[in-house]
Amino acid sequence: MMQTTRRGVLGAAGAALVAPRLASAQAASTLRFVPQANLSNIDPVWSTAVVVRNHGLMIYDTLYGLGADFQPKPQMAAGHEISDEGRRWTITLRPGLRFHDGTPVLARDCVASIARWAKRDVLGQRLDGLLEGMRAIDDTRFEIRMKKAWPGLAFALGKPSANICAIMPERVAQTDPFQQIQDFTGSGPFRFLRDEFRSGDRIVYAKFDGYTSRDEPTDFMAGGKPVHFNRVEWHVMPDPSTAAAALQNNEVDWWETPLSDLLPLLRRNRDIAVEMVSAAGNLGVLRFNFLHPPFDNPAVRRAILPALDQRAFMDAAIGTDPEMSHVPAGAFTPGMPLANEAGLEVLSGPRDLAAAQRALRDSGYAGQRVAMLSGTDIPILQNLSVVAADLLRRIGFNVDLQSMDWGTHIQRRTNRGPVDQGGWSAFCTTWEGFDVSVPGSHQPIRGHGSAAWAGWPTIPRLEELREAWFEAPDLAAERRIAEEMQRVVWQEVPFIPLGQVRPRMAFRRSLTGVVKGGPALFWGVRRA
Amino acid sequence: MFAYIVRRVLATIPVMAIVALFVFSLLYIAPGDPAAVIAGDQATPDDVERIRASLGLDRPYLVRFGAWVWDIARGDLGVSIFTNLPVSTMIQQRIEPTLSLMIVTLILAITVAVPMGVVAAWRQGTTIDRAVMAFAVLGFSVPVFVVGYMLAYIFALELDWLPVQGYTPFSRGFWPWLQNLILPAIALGSVYIALIARITRATMLEVLQQDYIRTAKAKGLGQRAILFVHALKNAAVPIITIIGIGLAGLIGGAVVTESVFAIPGLGRLTVDAILRRDYPVIQGVVLLFSFVYVLVNLAIDLAYTLFDPRIRY
Repeated sequence: MMQTTRRGVLGAAGAALVAPRLASAQAASTLRFVPQANLSNIDPVWSTAVVVRNHGLMIYDTLYGLGADFQPKPQMAAGHEISDEGRRWTITLRPGLRFHDGTPVLARDCVASIARWAKRDVLGQRLDGLLEGMRAIDDTRFEIRMKKAWPGLAFALGKPSANICAIMPERVAQTDPFQQIQDFTGSGPFRFLRDEFRSGDRIVYAKFDGYTSRDEPTDFMAGGKPVHFNRVEWHVMPDPSTAAAALQNNEVDWWETPLSDLLPLLRRNRDIAVEMVSAAGNLGVLRFNFLHPPFDNPAVRRAILPALDQRAFMDAAIGTDPEMSHVPAGAFTPGMPLANEAGLEVLSGPRDLAAAQRALRDSGYAGQRVAMLSGTDIPILQNLSVVAADLLRRIGFNVDLQSMDWGTHIQRRTNRGPVDQGGWSAFCTTWEGFDVSVPGSHQPIRGHGSAAWAGWPTIPRLEELREAWFEAPDLAAERRIAEEMQRVVWQEVPFIPLGQVRPRMAFRRSLTGVVKGGPALFWGVRRA
Repeated sequence: MFAYIVRRVLATIPVMAIVALFVFSLLYIAPGDPAAVIAGDQATPDDVERIRASLGLDRPYLVRFGAWVWDIARGDLGVSIFTNLPVSTMIQQRIEPTLSLMIVTLILAITVAVPMGVVAAWRQGTTIDRAVMAFAVLGFSVPVFVVGYMLAYIFALELDWLPVQGYTPFSRGFWPWLQNLILPAIALGSVYIALIARITRATMLEVLQQDYIRTAKAKGLGQRAILFVHALKNAAVPIITIIGIGLAGLIGGAVVTESVFAIPGLGRLTVDAILRRDYPVIQGVVLLFSFVYVLVNLAIDLAYTLFDPRIRY
């Protein structure tokens, strides 16, 4: 039988007094974050989803990282030597690097990680094609030998866009790139707490005490990665109103993608800051199917340009607040080093519907049905599609706007058949700004036919220019190539940029040090 | 009775088999491809094909169905295509919030709606009756998500009495568990309170016209005894039926409520799985729901015997 003693009562009372303070201290050291979407899988090499990339940045480190100037800087790497006319890179790891299981990060881990990444990522595949050999020289150095020089290798290894080149233990990196990894031993500043992972609800990370941060100021993805929270919890909230209410009620600290309609409400709350964190945002894109009429005809595609009003697309996508979007937008992400104005007057000049109608009549368009796909469960994409369908109808196209959920949409896009066999003619989507900031990872601008992104354009000149970009010796040369590519885009029209969406993040003002430049990053940030 | 229960439980097997065949076939012919979703926007057709092959989605229908049935027969619901977690684990993680929400909602609905219906019938034509019926019309008419947002605004944001969202497991204490469920249960329960109150009123009105009620009154029995002992017991069968149907319907209603209040239950798991085409999860959850429906129907049938001694199995 349990006895009640004076000591027991005093102990319980003391515990009761201390418990709220302990809970409060724990709450203070926990950052509660609402991500843009559910983390449905957890392998940043297997998946290209942005939320999976963000998860990858939590638990994995990269050899290089982009600074605020979007130039690569050594991160896990101490540095590198380039020899053999640029074809051989010898990368040295900085000391003190450890995986979450406490074992040191060795050169062979990096070799295996790069090899797996190179099978999946678009720039990785470039490396895979150039690769002559890759080997660990010793525990801290490894070499990459290529068939020809590639000055952009550090950028590729450190780019923040999916798929990131996450450094994993060799045993994990040896997993087939088309299979998910089962071991989540990472190399980054946070550990993934798999036992607490509930997809669709909660993703929890703990500070990795063994992480050796660079002794430098934080510089976007480069520099120091100091962690000031013991625990970061991602709370998945599918309903934007609930997320807004939770932020206002101090139940969460940070909401990654507040709905533009709710921003005025959040701005009125003096405890909440609404700021642009990602400089890259997203680029809206109208994509055409090159395999079938009517968009197999470049004159038909060009006919749309005089009437296309990027502002109308952006207003529909993200609201009329001009700070939330940027027009005119060219083929490369506005605000990034390769954004340029070459030929941009085709979209920035006065809009002329009559000119577009004339151009369509002269193009030989014979009234073929335009099957326009629209993903209804992603509001921005649906809004872009509705505006695009209306524009095409006013120009004179016979538009069949087909609404469907994203799962069906993405499958329909793989159908290369004509419209009457389940194929498609056009669709709207957005690309993360980092992806379309450089030719190497810019899928819509590619023109390599059947291997290209959905739409499958064959435009050899774009491929030649992309190849030249890989070998460009400096930024000035890259810019010249980007300008030339943009001019080709206005001629061949593999896609039409619809403007840059510049989403805001909302967080409690008690958070300071939020790292600006790209996705939500959890180093540097602290509670005031 | 025992033999009846055994027969009914055994009868669930062919029902579940038909459901399994139906769900599997429906998913097989439905548009959408998890491999394309996984591969994402940037994928080449070859990437999609390789992922499809790695998931076994390129195998013929009969091979896939056979493998799935074999796994089910061994108690294995499979593994989620996306999270790589066993479906049984995912269901296990999500079942407590949904069950909790349903239990609290049901308790709330019955304890509020049945007395409301009884009183409305007893005071037919009075202001009380009209107020109850007006509430019932409101409960039917206002969507659950609107009720949810209004409750969250008033009781969480303005008054700061209750949290806006989330779920706390029962293991962390009764009050933390309950405070996350009060607003969702009221929101979800509003429809069922209205439904049960209306049915209770209508049935009670019918019963109150019966001769035995007149006899009870003539015997000088008190109003409370007449209402709750004689009338309500005889009105119980239709009320139980509607509570049972409501319980089954709660599963559907929970999808919206769980989204509005960010409760990580089975409803949200199902919607997420459908949107991603996570076939094993959809199949597992639908099988579970079907099993629950069958059990609820069995429970209703057995409950009849408690209130109507003429019913025997």
